[in-house]
Amino acid sequence: MCHLTVEKQFLGSEQIVTQQLHSHQFENGLVLVAEPMDWLESAAFAVLLPAGYTRDPDGKLGLANFACELIQRGSADRDNRQFVEDLDRLGTDRSASVAASHSSFGAATLAENLFPSLQIFTDMILQPHFPEDEVEDARQVCLQELFAAEDELAQRTIQRLRHRHYGSPYGRRVQGDEASIRSFSRTDAVDFFRTHYRPDKAILSVAGKFEWPKLKDHIGSLLSEWQSVEVPDVTEHSPVFGYEHIPFESSQTHIAVAFPSIPYADPNYFQARGAVGVLSDGMSSRLFTEVRENRGLCYTVYASCHSLKQRGSVVAYSSTSTDRAQETLDVLLHELTHLFEGIEQGELDRLKARLKSSVVMQQESCAARCSSLASDWYHLRHMMTMDEIKGIIDGLTCESINHYLANHPPERFTVVTLGEKQLEVGKYVS
Amino acid sequence: MFREKKLANGLEIIAEINPNAYSAAFGFFVKTGSRDETPEIAGVSHFLEHMVFKGTPKRSAADVNRELDEIGSHSNAYTSEEQTVYYATVLQEYQDHAIDLLADIMRPSLRQEDFDTEKKVIIEEIYKYDDQPPFGAHEKCMAKFYGDHALGYSVLGSVESVTGLTPEAMRDYFQQRYSPGNITLVGCGQVDFDRMIAQAEELCGHWQAFDAPRDIRRPAVHHEFELIHKPTATQEYVVQICDGPEATDPDRFANRVLAAIIGDDSGSRFYWEFIDSGLAEYAGLGPYEFQGAGITMTFLSCAPQDTDANLQRLVDVIRKVETDGVTQDELDLALSKITSQLVRQSERPSNRLFSVGNGWLQRHNHVTVKERLESYRAVTLADVHRVLEKFPLSQNTTVVVGPLEQAQRPS
Repeated sequence: MCHLTVEKQFLGSEQIVTQQLHSHQFENGLVLVAEPMDWLESAAFAVLLPAGYTRDPDGKLGLANFACELIQRGSADRDNRQFVEDLDRLGTDRSASVAASHSSFGAATLAENLFPSLQIFTDMILQPHFPEDEVEDARQVCLQELFAAEDELAQRTIQRLRHRHYGSPYGRRVQGDEASIRSFSRTDAVDFFRTHYRPDKAILSVAGKFEWPKLKDHIGSLLSEWQSVEVPDVTEHSPVFGYEHIPFESSQTHIAVAFPSIPYADPNYFQARGAVGVLSDGMSSRLFTEVRENRGLCYTVYASCHSLKQRGSVVAYSSTSTDRAQETLDVLLHELTHLFEGIEQGELDRLKARLKSSVVMQQESCAARCSSLASDWYHLRHMMTMDEIKGIIDGLTCESINHYLANHPPERFTVVTLGEKQLEVGKYVS
Repeated sequence: MFREKKLANGLEIIAEINPNAYSAAFGFFVKTGSRDETPEIAGVSHFLEHMVFKGTPKRSAADVNRELDEIGSHSNAYTSEEQTVYYATVLQEYQDHAIDLLADIMRPSLRQEDFDTEKKVIIEEIYKYDDQPPFGAHEKCMAKFYGDHALGYSVLGSVESVTGLTPEAMRDYFQQRYSPGNITLVGCGQVDFDRMIAQAEELCGHWQAFDAPRDIRRPAVHHEFELIHKPTATQEYVVQICDGPEATDPDRFANRVLAAIIGDDSGSRFYWEFIDSGLAEYAGLGPYEFQGAGITMTFLSCAPQDTDANLQRLVDVIRKVETDGVTQDELDLALSKITSQLVRQSERPSNRLFSVGNGWLQRHNHVTVKERLESYRAVTLADVHRVLEKFPLSQNTTVVVGPLEQAQRPS
């Protein structure tokens, strides 16, 4: 229906490059976003379906993950084995994952195998078998993922942080719970698929070596029969914030901290992102310098911006041995709050250099571009060109970031620790 | 285009130049790692890698970190059994600054105060891996497989060995290993090679050369089974190591293809036996080539109660491959995956840097992506079956870590 093409010329490392960004919305609502990258020999695509774990029905937590596993086990004229082998024969790497808002299927391949690979995935979306004789194996895979996550202590700590910070359903665990997984039937997966694998809120993102008109026609011919259904919005429950300690006999204490921020679509997002960059991007960032370099408190420490569609947050993490955990938490919290007193010109200059080189280097990877296009469209319904991003980066000033920080002081901290001893969180957490 | 140059003191400079690339990746590849250590200084290579970023007579630690960020670099370093690599990927206009900085830090001050602070970071790094799957199973298995040989030493060392290290011991090690003849400066992507040489002459030409020998005779290996009780773990972790082709063995290509047929994460024998069925959370097999030695390593994680049965299944899968061989169709599938991955990975200079540098350190030659593809495509069923006979996967050392207090050694 609507078709947008943005074409820009820019100067990057003494090369004139033409960047083309295309988008097209088909009649069934599916949006195709694409960036041809003629200098590569490869292509990557990702399809984002509005079937995230926030859509798990109460009492059936983990269903999105189970459906994502079972749908890959046979479609159209392929059984489970043929689906895998046909992609392997094309040399196509595949991936599947479930996040808060989407179930995503991705692939990276040589350019000449892009269309055959797309055919296999569109067959999966339009004509899945959900074979009864694969249900038990799919269930076992989901249980394995659930148990394996228990041994990832950093992941466990951050998951618990998300649970307290976002509440339900955004703070849920993607793997669900054991009782639910053991109860799933084929019918559960099929019902979930029919309700949530729909085109009107789906995004198909493609980047790499291809011709846009041919791609658009190809996708149109493959997916025009896909029909939408009406689905109610998710109901949110309030988060609890505050402090929680998970007692565990481990070598290190794992520390995770979060406070609310703004989402990617907010006009001020890059002010917040710039501030967190000063805190955590690069080896001269504040957290690396103060927690690791100057005090030797840890090996890992970071903070990052996390964005849902309507809500954003800053999440920080570190891990250290038990007897140094309190000092690490104190320094971490001090740096997080001290940031809001302002940043300096040198810090901003370094951040700009790092961000700009990242933008240019994205042009070397179709998988990276594919992911950015899909994310931009989901959050902004618009794809940012390299020029646009560089313009935003150039426009950041100490004054603009400090103005943002002064008007958005951190509040409602959530802290989760996992380890041998509970810590004191003091004035930061009520 | 490939270029190379050797300075009078032995330092080599090589580059794979791609004028169409967006970035340039540079790295100093030092031929030293945990296999060049003794038990008394276990972990010194890795600790030194950290100390290299702690400053020089010209720069403080903060200066180094600040300048790496000022040029917008994506930089880091790593230490393995055989190599210590310091690298930075930058936009082309920062080539001079990147090389100036990297060359300077290759002659570190190793100041006592920095040493004491960084020692705490290293110990935290060791504790971090203690808490992570597979809970030391990899290091334990290497140590058992190689016995007293240095290839079995942990790259990180232990809390005890790192605690006992002194700046003097580290300086001695530096004086034995960081000879210019033992170091290669590698560039990939949008590189100005003539500038690289001029800078290397100016910045590194005065480095004093000395011998830095390494014993690369093939070490004796051992086949054992050990269960390590880790009550706080939820899953059970299995690592198996067997002998494999060394870095210059032409059969390494056939062995890599065999590893993909058996243990790739998609469509392999392990995939269908363990992953698709949900019998294990992970099951994979991969080759690692060293100078004068090589291993093939299997990794499997599963629920504790399934461990005995899965250990037996591992034996059965391997036995079937060793008895019946593999099929042409499996060989073709593996080649499709390997060659596609190779082409895609090669599109980034930051990826090519490691392939080019590693090839130079291990074999002292440069191989283009096209030549590498040809080597894989030339692999035949006979090659794969010869490798299976030469390096039997069934003769291995197995280490199991997890909540189990007993495990059955499979028959």
